Order: sequence, then C-alpha cells, then structure tokens
Amino acid sequence: MSHPDKKRLRRSMMFLNCQKPSLIKDPYIYKPDSIMLDLEDAVAESEKDAARYSLYHALQEIDYRGVERVVRINGLDTPHWQEDIRVCVAGGCDVIRIPKVETPNDVRVVERAVAIAEGEFGVPQGRTLLMAAIESCMGVMNVYDTCRSSDRLIGIALSGGDYTKDLQTSISGTGVELNGARQQLIIAARAAKVQCFDTVYTNLNDMEGFRNEVQMIKTMGFDGKSIINPRQIPIVHEIYTPTAKDIVFSEKVVREIDEKKAKGIGVFTVDGKMIDIAFYDGAKRTIELAKAAGVYKGDL
Amino acid sequence: MRIKQPAVAGTLESSDCMVTVEPVERGSGISLEIDSVVIHQYGEAIRKTVLETLDRLDIADGYIRVNDKGALDCTIKARVECAAYRSNGQRSQLPWGGVIQ
Repeated sequence: MSHPDKKRLRRSMMFLNCQKPSLIKDPYIYKPDSIMLDLEDAVAESEKDAARYSLYHALQEIDYRGVERVVRINGLDTPHWQEDIRVCVAGGCDVIRIPKVETPNDVRVVERAVAIAEGEFGVPQGRTLLMAAIESCMGVMNVYDTCRSSDRLIGIALSGGDYTKDLQTSISGTGVELNGARQQLIIAARAAKVQCFDTVYTNLNDMEGFRNEVQMIKTMGFDGKSIINPRQIPIVHEIYTPTAKDIVFSEKVVREIDEKKAKGIGVFTVDGKMIDIAFYDGAKRTIELAKAAGVYKGDL
Repeated sequence: MRIKQPAVAGTLESSDCMVTVEPVERGSGISLEIDSVVIHQYGEAIRKTVLETLDRLDIADGYIRVNDKGALDCTIKARVECAAYRSNGQRSQLPWGGVIQ
C-alpha cells in the first residue's frame, strides 16, 4: 500500500488538549506541520467522553488549512482506546498516534480495529495512518520490529517522560539519559524507512536549551519534534530550513544524478565531492524542506 | 432518545459552554434557557444549533440550560450531545456520523 501522505514533511507536531475548545479551534494560525489532538494524558479521566465529541466535530467542521491532524488515543491498557479509534476514523483524522507501544503486536491490534472502523464508517481502507510512541525500555528494545509492523505506520516517536521513568532516572536537561533511546530509534526508523520524531521539551523558560536540543536532534537525523507551545514552532522550522548553500548543492546533486543516470554513470563529483545515487533522497528532502520554509526559488 | 437523569457537559472557560440537561414529564416538550456573553449577536444562532442537535438526537422532552462563553457551533453541538448521552449512561458504540454529526 502506498499512501500519498506517508512521507509528508513533519518538522513540528504540536500537542493540543481535546478537552479545551479554545486550544483546538484555530491552531493552524501558528503554522505547525501537524497538530496532535490529545485524548490521552491531557484529558481528565472523567472527561474522556467529552473530549471525543469535541474531537469529532473539530475534525468534521474546522478547516485546519492543510495542517495534518494526528490524534493521540488512549493506551491499549485502558477501557477507552476502541471508542477512540471509532471516533478518529469516523471523524476522518489523518494519523492515529498509539501511546506506550512495546511490541509490534500493539500496532497490529490497533491496525485491525482501524480496518474494522473504516469498514463501519465507509472510510476507504488504508486511509487512516498510524504512528507509534515508544515510552519504555521494552519499547526501545523492540523498536525495529515495531517500525516494520504495519504498512500504515508513518513513523515512531520517543516519549521521554515515561521512558526516563522506566529507565529509573529523570529528564536532566542535558539529554544524556535519552542518548541510547534516541540513537536506537533513529537507526531503527531509517532501517525500516519510516520517520522518527523526538520527544517534547517541557521547559518553556529555556528557549536557548530548546534551540540546542532541536539542533542536536536534527543533526542526529530526526524528522521533527513534538512540541507543546506555539513559541517553539518558529525555532524548529528555522533550524530545519536548509541554508542557501545546501539548497544550491542539493539542486546540483538532483540534476546531475538525473542526467548521469540517463548516461549510465554511477559515480561523479559535484563541487569537488564524490556523489552517487545514495545522495539522491537526501538532496530531494533538502529541496522539500526549502519549499516548506518558503525559501526555494528553483523549479525542481 | 430520552433524557433519563440530570447531566452536565462542558466548562465555563472561554470558547466553551456548559450544557445542563434534566428530565421532565413526557410530553412537556423542550424548555431551553440560554445565557451567553454574546447573547445579542448570537443568541438566536445558539438556540437554533441546540434545538437542531436535540432534534437529531430525537429528544422531544427536557429542560436544557446553556451557559455560553463564546463557543463555536461545533463546541455547542459537542456539549449538547455529551450531556444527552451522559444522561442516558451511554459512553461507547456511539453513532458517529449518524445522529452525531
């Protein structure tokens, strides 16, 4: 199955509490790539039902202007997840985020329920995509198999708060406690050809620390970051915007590979650097990032 | 659907509304009270949304009170539906896309 939005750009994914109408009515004004409408931790146990009605009508009636609509459902260890899936599919959300994924079977259980819901509500089979949140040591150990568990899976996300509790430590601000999980997640995601998203940065008073963390996770290879406040969006987008030099180089790489491929040449040089087909996807991604940031003036 | 017991949904936060439903004698019809920060501009629109939602849910009798703090139409519908289903005790296998729309 090939879904047109499976590989779309997801630099920023902003959490919003479905229990709060003021938060979900117009988040598109901040221009995140995706919003994450939360039915899980942000919603009080007594308001799980109320959040679903708000979610359904928001999905059906609010024009989010091209911002991707991800919904975080409640965990498979709760009585809520099945009704969450029904409302997500009926409302027409783009992606369901599964929390606390520990094994590939967790994804497959949700996948089956989504397929049933798509049948029930007349939604085309395969329309609803999935992502898996990794929040435990067991989840990290099984992450490659999880990445390969479903054709619907767009990617995985690290949830640092729960993960560090399971690791019997806490968020230090240095990132050292997350190093192992971050490396393992990004390697697994790349090997399985799915996307990978970093955890939230919760200290809103430390924007310099946030900036440094985004720079680090971009260097590590992450596709984007979960965020909790609109103030964090421009920083993420700025850091993920390619430089003019990167754009020019990527254009040359794409054009040269297209041209040389037709001539049967596999390896060549661009600006003194050895280039082969392995550079193609990266160069294309740089062009896509430049387009998303509004800084691309070329014609690729 | 019948309103079987008193139920409340929503809050008094900005952009939200609090909807209270209470049962009345069968055949009494709908008694609707609206208090809104934008009653002069949107009072009629709120009334219409609430009555249409109740009609879709096939609720013919009940006392309904809406305390609106500038909620969008979609929020008003969500809170009325939530209060109605709470009054019935139904929290799963809801008719999304059916009478909830």
